[in-house]
Amino acid sequence: MKEHVRIGCGAGFSGDRLEPAVILVQQGQLDYLVLECLAERTIALAQKRKRQDPTQGYDPLLERRMESLLPHLLEKKVRLITNMGAANPLAAAEKVLAIARRQKVSVTVAVVTGDDVRSQLTGDEPSLETGKPLSDSGTLISANAYLGTDAILPALATDADIIITGRVADPSLFVAPLVHEFGWSMDNTNQIGQGTVIGHLLECAGQLTGGYFADPGRKDVPDMAHLGHPFADVSPDGMAVFSKVDGTGGVVSAATAKEQLLYEVMDPGRYITPDVIADFTQVRLAETGPNQVRATGGRGQTRPDTLKVSVGYDAGFIGEGEISYAGSNALGRAKLAGDIIQERLQDRFPDLRVDYIGSTSVHRTSFGHYPDPYEIRLRVAGRAATAKDAALVGEEVEALYTNGPAGGGGARKYVHEIVGIISTLIDRNKITSNVTVLHT
Amino acid sequence: MKTKLHDVAHSRAGDKGNTLTLSLIPYKPDDYTLLCDQVTAEAVKNHLRDIVAGEVTRYDLPNLPALQFVCQRALTGGVTTSLTMDTHGKSLSYALLEMTIDI
Repeated sequence: MKEHVRIGCGAGFSGDRLEPAVILVQQGQLDYLVLECLAERTIALAQKRKRQDPTQGYDPLLERRMESLLPHLLEKKVRLITNMGAANPLAAAEKVLAIARRQKVSVTVAVVTGDDVRSQLTGDEPSLETGKPLSDSGTLISANAYLGTDAILPALATDADIIITGRVADPSLFVAPLVHEFGWSMDNTNQIGQGTVIGHLLECAGQLTGGYFADPGRKDVPDMAHLGHPFADVSPDGMAVFSKVDGTGGVVSAATAKEQLLYEVMDPGRYITPDVIADFTQVRLAETGPNQVRATGGRGQTRPDTLKVSVGYDAGFIGEGEISYAGSNALGRAKLAGDIIQERLQDRFPDLRVDYIGSTSVHRTSFGHYPDPYEIRLRVAGRAATAKDAALVGEEVEALYTNGPAGGGGARKYVHEIVGIISTLIDRNKITSNVTVLHT
Repeated sequence: MKTKLHDVAHSRAGDKGNTLTLSLIPYKPDDYTLLCDQVTAEAVKNHLRDIVAGEVTRYDLPNLPALQFVCQRALTGGVTTSLTMDTHGKSLSYALLEMTIDI
């Protein structure tokens, strides 16, 4: 058994930067690299692409990421675990093999499938969010169960250089290599709980190393332009020390680790994954050196009998329009423009949203303290069943040029297709995961 | 003396569906008690009354130390279908830090 296992996280979401992962592999002396690229909505959008073209449906950045990473992964003997398979992990693996052949290197890829449970759902299952049948929300596009560590372990047991999954719980991408290396029992809930703490701290990549943290003058972060992504050295007993590659930007501190530990946590005593119900309440974070934080104390209780299923449905289109006002009475003119749009569109868009960017657009209040800003951008958004109807919102905002208040400028209009996400639970015994191994 | 939470603590927002999570982490561990006493779930619900439509629950984590607030019905329907710009409510950590306390 290794004295410790070093796992790096080189991407924390689908659109994450490419370079930090390359630096981690080149200079990080990693055993494993994890790329977590799959948000809830991403997989539903990927399912739509797969329907149009059966060779698509994996992460849109897979090709670019793998082209830059593959030679370094093979040279440094770093195993990659990633959920970039999205809605089509087998097609993702074929793409990786094609890249390898182009680069004249040989590679083995293990593919984890079984998360796609669309055919197992009738649509009558209750939504956890609404309590009503899933299909009441709209036409269902995709349904993917959150697989856990037990689905990844058989892939790690092969000689694969790269393991590609679809929907897997984010922390499981990290727990799996720890269980594989150290032979932890999945029944040892405290150990799996601590592994889940490690995964949760790493899974958003730069959010542990000073990304999404800086507040100049209060929380200063050095050299953010070259922000490094994190790795953890994990001991067989689960003790983990987090750091980043020397010379990269950012900071790893108790403060960055605390923010990330609690990120998106609904109940710190009961963080539910397919592997365990983890307890973060006894976690201790200690700075053990420059850019070095030690985490201990994760615990857990027996995993649930059900798995969460993320369900995507067609939610129509959102149309948006924006226009700016500046100088004296900017807010007054923007509000007049907002009122005019409301009156012109309220019959077609009963829940039309009007925001004043620069004033109350993201907090929906300014807590009553602030003077009128020098400039304001009016932003209007409305939902419609078709793209053509949604476009009306932007068209009316643009028409404020000659049919609205004085001095409006910089009008822009957009239409987006919307995929809604709801969820339900499925008995874990109804899920069968599979591993397929492919070679160049 | 009154001061904004921004002066004594930091925060990160997270989302799950229509639920908003807000951490509150004192810069100085000694200020944790001050936060526990004054930044109650009720006080946060009142402060965020224009943002959070549902219940606010507070979880205490004395070992970090930090507080975690879980706010129901806070994201105008949820990340994927909301008409707001900040559909995740990611900027709302700084709405919490606008709250004032006595020091």
